[in-house]
Amino acid sequence: MSDVPRELKYTKNHEWVRRRDDGNLAVGITDHAQEALGDLVYVELPETGREVKAGEACAVVESVKAAADIYSPVAGTIIDVNQVLADMPELINENPYGTHIFILKPQDPAAWETLLDTEEYAKLLSEES
Amino acid sequence: MRKTPLNSLHHRLGARMVEFAGWQMPLRYTSEIEEHLAVRHDAGMFDVSHMTRIDIRGTGAIEFLRYLLANDVAKLKQASRALYSCMLNEQGGIIDDVVAFYRDESHFRLVTNAATREKDWVWINRQAKDFEVGIYFRDDLAMIAVQGPNAREMTDGHLPAALQEQVKTLKPFAFAESESWMAARTGYTGEDGYELMLPNEQAPRLWEALLECGVQPCGLVARDTLRMEAGFNLYGQEMDEDISPLECGLARTVALESPDRKFIGRSALERQLAMGVKWWRAGLILQAPGVLRRGQKVKLASGEGEITSGGFSPTLQSSIALARLPTTGERQCQVEIRGCWKLAQIVQPPFVRHGKIMIEIATDKGDHHE
Repeated sequence: MSDVPRELKYTKNHEWVRRRDDGNLAVGITDHAQEALGDLVYVELPETGREVKAGEACAVVESVKAAADIYSPVAGTIIDVNQVLADMPELINENPYGTHIFILKPQDPAAWETLLDTEEYAKLLSEES
Repeated sequence: MRKTPLNSLHHRLGARMVEFAGWQMPLRYTSEIEEHLAVRHDAGMFDVSHMTRIDIRGTGAIEFLRYLLANDVAKLKQASRALYSCMLNEQGGIIDDVVAFYRDESHFRLVTNAATREKDWVWINRQAKDFEVGIYFRDDLAMIAVQGPNAREMTDGHLPAALQEQVKTLKPFAFAESESWMAARTGYTGEDGYELMLPNEQAPRLWEALLECGVQPCGLVARDTLRMEAGFNLYGQEMDEDISPLECGLARTVALESPDRKFIGRSALERQLAMGVKWWRAGLILQAPGVLRRGQKVKLASGEGEITSGGFSPTLQSSIALARLPTTGERQCQVEIRGCWKLAQIVQPPFVRHGKIMIEIATDKGDHHE
């Protein structure tokens, strides 16, 4: 069973979302997602300043074998991206929950609460397997 | 779903399993890049028991295969040698690619793909009706490929005693047999090594013995990146029933030398040669960030083509592809990745052989940018 930390929220597309002290949201992909994709070799980062809708494709992670879109978990503005991933996409494999892809300033600060919690995401994983 | 005799061992090793051509096969065990590099620098092993094995027996075996295959088994001067060939339809399109093992005058073994098993069986049987041959699936045999610079040395001690002596002097594309085992110096990775066929019930013991002495188990992802670097075609990608061997880099495997050998597809290939071949197979190296994938469009000065296999090359540390192009003359092209055109270098595969990079990677990345 993949690791599903309690302090995070999740999406059905296997993104994790961490609410930071300033209310902005860090977004990455779950342990399950990196495990399914295999060795990551490329991350296409979104542009800083881009406004995104909830569920909008805004980044791409590519492994040796496949490409996967990353969707914005809630509506908001991309205020920062993890530039290190341009050269070291493998950090996501090594530490999926410690490696965010972008930081989102949410339009609605309460939107985070509507995402899946640990139990709900774990349930989703058990249904998929 | 069909399972190979090694299925439970793959599960025990924690492999991520996937359905492939109706078989449950390992996609990867740990990291596909590590698996790939183990084959390039040391030794890796693959369960390839899903491949189709068909024996052709009878006094008409040679005559039949000279009719069935585009390459000429008569090129094999002696038994215990193998030959790569395409099996064509009347239009010159590729029904499958096969390796033919010449066991003796009245006995050949064909190894073909997994996904093409049923259609190959029907086709071969239909073509064989005027020949003195019997055709037999060899599902009683498993198949393990052990590949890499150290593969043969690490394997030899685990072969039946009668084979150990014979394999010492084995030349590339030759094989030795004993007690239902076959050890062939063939493969699909661009490295030295063996493809071993052996009775199903003995396969787990060999796999565990190789594991014990440090041979890295490798899954389908590494198998694909290795063959792509080595410039080997994959059936269903570079090759299909609408593409001839002349159009996918396999002209040298078509034997037109004997004018009276009327193999299936010959007249169509001769027409293609007379009219001019429409497609050429090339290698691409992406000169920008990103990953080349199958289906992406390729734009050249002289026309358009497409990528037939694409991915990441662990040896080159960049993205490579095999592509179907309308010309051989150009050095650069543009590839459409998610709506953006990116520069790629055109090269002649293989990219990598025997652990060495075989192509000159262009450093000029700016000239033709859009």
